[in-house]
Amino acid sequence: MAPMLVHEIKHLVLKDIRLELKQKYAINGIILYVVSTIFVCYLSFSRIIEPETWNSLFWIILLFASVSAVSKSFVQESRSRQLYYYSIASSQSVILSKIIYNLLLTVILSLFCFGVFALLMSDVIVNHGIFFMALILGSFGFASILTMVSAIASRTDNNFTLMAVLSFPLVLPLLITLMKVSKNALIATTWAENSNLLLVILLINTVVVFLSYLLFPYLWRD
Amino acid sequence: MVLILFSLVAGLLIPVPDLPIIHQSIRNLFFHVGMWFAMLVIFTISFIYSIRYLSGFKTDNDIVAQEASKVGVFFGILGIATGMIWAKFTWGSWWVNDPKLNGAAVSLLVYFAYLVLRNSLNEEQKRAKVSAVYNIFAYVLLIVFIGILPRLAQGSIHPGDVNNPLTVKTMDNHLRLVFYPAIIGWILLAVWILNLRIKICKIEHKMNTL
Repeated sequence: MAPMLVHEIKHLVLKDIRLELKQKYAINGIILYVVSTIFVCYLSFSRIIEPETWNSLFWIILLFASVSAVSKSFVQESRSRQLYYYSIASSQSVILSKIIYNLLLTVILSLFCFGVFALLMSDVIVNHGIFFMALILGSFGFASILTMVSAIASRTDNNFTLMAVLSFPLVLPLLITLMKVSKNALIATTWAENSNLLLVILLINTVVVFLSYLLFPYLWRD
Repeated sequence: MVLILFSLVAGLLIPVPDLPIIHQSIRNLFFHVGMWFAMLVIFTISFIYSIRYLSGFKTDNDIVAQEASKVGVFFGILGIATGMIWAKFTWGSWWVNDPKLNGAAVSLLVYFAYLVLRNSLNEEQKRAKVSAVYNIFAYVLLIVFIGILPRLAQGSIHPGDVNNPLTVKTMDNHLRLVFYPAIIGWILLAVWILNLRIKICKIEHKMNTL
């Protein structure tokens, strides 16, 4: 069972990546989205004086960008194609492969977002190690929560509004924790002081992946 | 009902210990805390019935989950309203940025989202299934959030915290005498309302299917 699952997941992830490289639609769209949003912020703020404002603005932009990036994952597949997956792969491998693919997407997105943000708004981070740890764990959390929510939202008709409504309250706890960690990274703090918060983020991620694994089969069967 | 009446009357009449800042507003304890306990119990019922729905696909279980979330939201709003009044008189503002208050706000948002999700689906089977999945997903995340975050954040000014001296232990016997019946009373009231609503909903459902 397990090797079979790994095999299926590998192929589904590769399929998504290949599809992406061929169409270059999602990634380019999101990159443009991030750049233009940050540029708008740059023009309206011109310079961020308070590091805390920098922090909140960064995470809010990242949240919106990841919502629009991940929400495509189930919507773009037509009903007939989903039926095809259903006949060749197990539902667990479908959701896990989607989470892994979205994880890659959001990690690229968040690193890129940080790059542009640091370029235009100046880099105010003191402890980069902790910040990047938070960034990667955060992308993992965003990817897993948003993947599951987009699977739920794709079952409805007006899924773009619902995507935001359903996901924001669920992402909020994660977002608050992330902001707290990265606020700590703005001043010189040690790893030991942040280990608790990072562990919480890790715990939330694990719970989300576990729940998605358990619950997705009910969404999949129709 | 008797317990609620008791808590209303006794809650307003008994002598209370004169604690700093809180003073007489401690009487709100019997209402505010009771409502939150009732809300949590009702949301837990909703969660359990969503799981039961997914394991058997019986419409009755879905009705219970739906009605429980509505009653829970109702008690949540009451809890927030009483809490806000309390906060205005003790902390000086209607709302403060505190992990517990944020947790409360997030849980209400989640259940509003749940109700919106229900309304957006027309097909009965699909609606029941999708919303049950969301309910379970959201409830577990909420419990993780409410359980862990306030403990990590230092300096919650909301009572009932590890760092905050005002816990159940500091209540005197008069308070406890009313506090425990009050909580049980609110929970029972909530369950009673829930039962009525479930019966109405089941009758409506039967009339629709006829």
